[in-house]
Amino acid sequence: MSASIETTPRGRTALAEVAVAWARRNTWTLGLIGLLVVFLSLTKLIQPNYGAPGIQGLAISILPIAFAAVAQAIVVMSGGIDLSVGPMMALASVTSAVLMKGQTELVAIPIVLGVLVLGLAVGAINGGLVVVTRVPDIVVTLAMSFVWAGAALLILNTPGGGAAPWLMAMISGPLGNPWIPKALIVLAVIVAVVWIPLRRSTLGLSLYAIGSHPLAAFRSGVPVGRTKILAYALTGFFSALGGLALTASAGVGAPVPGSYTLQSIAAIVLGGVSLAGGRGGILGPIIAVIVLALVRTDLTFIGVDPNWGTAIQGAILIGVVMFGSVLAMRKVRA
Amino acid sequence: MTGTGAARPAGTSGAPGRPSMAGGTLRGVIRDRPLIPLVILFVGLVAVLELAKPGIVNGNWVATTVRAAIPLAILGGCQTLAMLTGGIDLSVGAIASMAAFLMATLTIGQGPVVALVVALLAAAVAGLINGIGVGVFKVHPLIMTLGMSLVVLGLMSVYQLVMVQAGILIPDAIQWLGSDISFGFAPNSLVVFVPVAVLIVVGLRRTGYGRLLFAVGDNPIASRLAGARVWQVLVALYVLSAILSAIAGFLLAGLLNNATVSLAEQSVLPSVAAAVIGGTSIMGGRGGYSGTIVGALILTVLTTLLTVLEMPEAVRQVLFGAIIVAVAAAYTRVTGES
Repeated sequence: MSASIETTPRGRTALAEVAVAWARRNTWTLGLIGLLVVFLSLTKLIQPNYGAPGIQGLAISILPIAFAAVAQAIVVMSGGIDLSVGPMMALASVTSAVLMKGQTELVAIPIVLGVLVLGLAVGAINGGLVVVTRVPDIVVTLAMSFVWAGAALLILNTPGGGAAPWLMAMISGPLGNPWIPKALIVLAVIVAVVWIPLRRSTLGLSLYAIGSHPLAAFRSGVPVGRTKILAYALTGFFSALGGLALTASAGVGAPVPGSYTLQSIAAIVLGGVSLAGGRGGILGPIIAVIVLALVRTDLTFIGVDPNWGTAIQGAILIGVVMFGSVLAMRKVRA
Repeated sequence: MTGTGAARPAGTSGAPGRPSMAGGTLRGVIRDRPLIPLVILFVGLVAVLELAKPGIVNGNWVATTVRAAIPLAILGGCQTLAMLTGGIDLSVGAIASMAAFLMATLTIGQGPVVALVVALLAAAVAGLINGIGVGVFKVHPLIMTLGMSLVVLGLMSVYQLVMVQAGILIPDAIQWLGSDISFGFAPNSLVVFVPVAVLIVVGLRRTGYGRLLFAVGDNPIASRLAGARVWQVLVALYVLSAILSAIAGFLLAGLLNNATVSLAEQSVLPSVAAAVIGGTSIMGGRGGYSGTIVGALILTVLTTLLTVLEMPEAVRQVLFGAIIVAVAAAYTRVTGES
């Protein structure tokens, strides 16, 4: 392939150049896409009648985890970590479910927007505490995970509440073609509308800058504290989206979240986001979420006890990180 | 990843310039003798508890409180050791549950001695893998131990299905250790805890290995250049942490006379909280075990207090979280580190 590039006349389209440059910068993501294709084919091989309905179910089930992964990716890229993603999702889920119960379709719109603002606020509190107290982010967000989980339980003690029908319809079923799940479109649109403009702005650059080298960012005039709070607020925002997705897919609010915090961390690590900050993207973690879900699906199809799934997920997480660090060590030696 | 360096540029200018006499003394006390304010806080909580329900504080109360605090304090010890090196061990809950469940299921067929040995060995293997991951492959401790807890939990769930009809039995000796009380005020688990606590406290202060833990946490590169084999220190640390977790798991199983695959899962976050409240820094290099013990006692009394006040579980969680942030913030302020 490289040979053909060299012999291409100068008139070669800029698009191809951009694509090659992108591929070079995103080898990890490309590898993940390859892995995704492998697992999709494997699924089809194991279960020949796996088709559109399977894809639909997959898309709905991964939506909350995908939002959680995006939330975690943003804060980790800016050099932090947020262990309260799961509880924040639960808080958003119960708040939306309690408020929406028995309301008209129209009233549900401001409720959904309100929950998103709540997510921003809750995330900003996390970030504010990290910046103001200067306590390590692991400790702050671990502690705040108690607080948000408790708050969710205070709002709703057992699963309950309701969801507006349009919210539920928004993520279930196909859009036109039966192979295109609405949930995936929703995910793509929201990420495209919120993240891509942000990533291209000064703010997005600042996020990466404070993650990569806070002191250098500070000396270059980046308002480090403010940017950090904003990163946490965005994490809260995407966690709230994850919570809304939970409510929308279940029809009720769940005060005790699953292991979404763990799953979000697994996804971003697999997705190529460096825990040291400053490196990674949003696409990788989302693909990683799908791959992890497919692994579970495949295991069920070949009749493996679903309990193995947890162990295998953990083993994959450890294996990938070890692989990554071996690569990094070899690079240092070379 | 703990990106607190962000706040450093703004903070360094303010930290040294506070000559206030009274403030300085108080800061000095908290910095050099963190145990004193902690014990005061503990006594204050006990006083509030006595006010809330007069007559509750008696010999029996002391025994049950200490008994409940001991497994937490042992798990907190795991966190203290790991945090001194700048790490964290989130697999303590899974490993403790695994050890307790293995012991309880194997006791019926194999007898208690074999069961205990197998459980301890399994824990040690999990710890060894943690240590190799963190020490040799330089995986971040948070990820390594999180992944390990998933692996252990998954394997135990599978094992549980295999063993479903076998049933569980907690050996008499473990029940005696975990739940019985002697002389009306002394829980028998002190028999296990006192040696463990002495070993950790003295080990950290007086032995070369203890100093190595502090050194690795303070500056891993400097310790490596000074000739410390950092990876060996870390492997030993995580094996030790897993064995301590297993012991805590045995005591918990004895206390509850039950063992499940998620027996100690609820104790993971409180164990981190106990170490943080006790003054151990997650950044490494600062802390000690005596503070963690008081931290575990404080958390246990607080739980009792909230139960007495008939607060729902949710309020307890919110307060736990708020207290951890507040205490950690206070430590960060007085020690001036970031």
